[in-house]
Amino acid sequence: MAWTRDEMAARAARELQDGFYVNLGIGIPTLVSNFIPEGMSVQLQSENGMLGMGPFPYEGEEDADLINAGKQTITALPTTSYFSSADSFGMIRGGHINLSILGAMQVAENGDLANWMIPGKMVKGMGGAMDLVAGVKRVVVVMEHVAKNKDGSESAKLLKACDLPLTGTRVVDMVITDLGVFTIDKRGEGGMRLIELAEGVTEADIRARTEADYTVALA
Amino acid sequence: MKKVHPDATDALAGLLRDGMTVMCGGFGLCGIPDALIEAVRASGVKGLTVVSNNAGIDGVGLGKLLETRQVARMISSYVGENREFARQFLAGELEIEFNPQGTLAERIRAGGAGVPAFFTKTGVGTKVAEGKEVREFDGEQYVMERSLFADLAIVHAHTGDTEGNLRYRKTARNFNPMMATAARVTVAEVENLVAPGTIDADDIHTPGIFIKRIVHVPAGEKRIEQRTVRKRAEAAPAGAGGGPV
Repeated sequence: MAWTRDEMAARAARELQDGFYVNLGIGIPTLVSNFIPEGMSVQLQSENGMLGMGPFPYEGEEDADLINAGKQTITALPTTSYFSSADSFGMIRGGHINLSILGAMQVAENGDLANWMIPGKMVKGMGGAMDLVAGVKRVVVVMEHVAKNKDGSESAKLLKACDLPLTGTRVVDMVITDLGVFTIDKRGEGGMRLIELAEGVTEADIRARTEADYTVALA
Repeated sequence: MKKVHPDATDALAGLLRDGMTVMCGGFGLCGIPDALIEAVRASGVKGLTVVSNNAGIDGVGLGKLLETRQVARMISSYVGENREFARQFLAGELEIEFNPQGTLAERIRAGGAGVPAFFTKTGVGTKVAEGKEVREFDGEQYVMERSLFADLAIVHAHTGDTEGNLRYRKTARNFNPMMATAARVTVAEVENLVAPGTIDADDIHTPGIFIKRIVHVPAGEKRIEQRTVRKRAEAAPAGAGGGPV
């Protein structure tokens, strides 16, 4: 029943292609780096000013001057380059990054994304999310299919329209949840299509937990 | 003309006044001008507008100026790690203007380059674009953003020479190079102060023209916000970032 966080990350990794430059968000998207197929060259961009991000350092080898956008200590690779925040977002806004994989609070059937602010709660800021979704060619969201509320109830996250403040309008190409995979025709009028089910999940399971309208196009 | 000052307090002498706008380099706690922040705190100057990607953490970096209520307004992209910040904001004591990180970087770059405004697709159709001019170019919508120029910028570099030429190290570069260009006066703190010619001219990231004052602050222990490591036994996946989380 349903995909684990690792299985969701593994599914997202299937969107990678050889030679891609990719930005991974915090949380499940970060796990995607563990599933890059052997022999495939994928360079990870960290928006604080690094291309070619390596794994976490060995204990005792942490360098305070070498962190990722989540402020975690990381390492460099032979392919690594460093640059300023202006150059970094030039890369992002200028469409030079092939793929952005990030989390979301809500996604609408037209590709609208909300992931930075809940009115009435302390707002931490959008960081680089608005730039990434506006500038990167292809945007893949990885998230839990529904939000679990404190009282135990569930709220849909795939909606007809987002009710949280938007991060970007018509920006999402694909949504991978613990229950399945959807594509979104963000530029046209094709709407949202369900293309894959997680193992043991039925279309009825998804229907019951999805507010958005979608067509079923299972392979 | 002598740019080198003996200490951070001396490097800021005569530059601070209440209500001024200060740019402060760094991303998280990486590449922040810690000694200069400390000197701003010690001066007691207040009512500051601070332009910085983040707001430090409690008691560290800009967190020090929040503790003493010297900051009236922040222009930032993300301020998540600071409880005192949240308290002051919710109490209405502190104003915040959130900018998308790339828009913030470009506003500063533009300010330093004499460009008063620019159009970006970042934030179109969101709260960020409210009240701003939106214009169509080649069939796409873009929002106009104004540049930023400060009274004072404080930056951190790994190496600087006595002419003010700077070289940053790894991801401690971040916002420092743009901020160095975007203020009436920029003061740099450097971990290593060297004679001109020591940094290869091809390796200078910030030319000395942008730096009015420089102070040598040998690196102490640098704070790490999120210490993440991997075990020695694990093989590192080639090209992988983050590692097992």
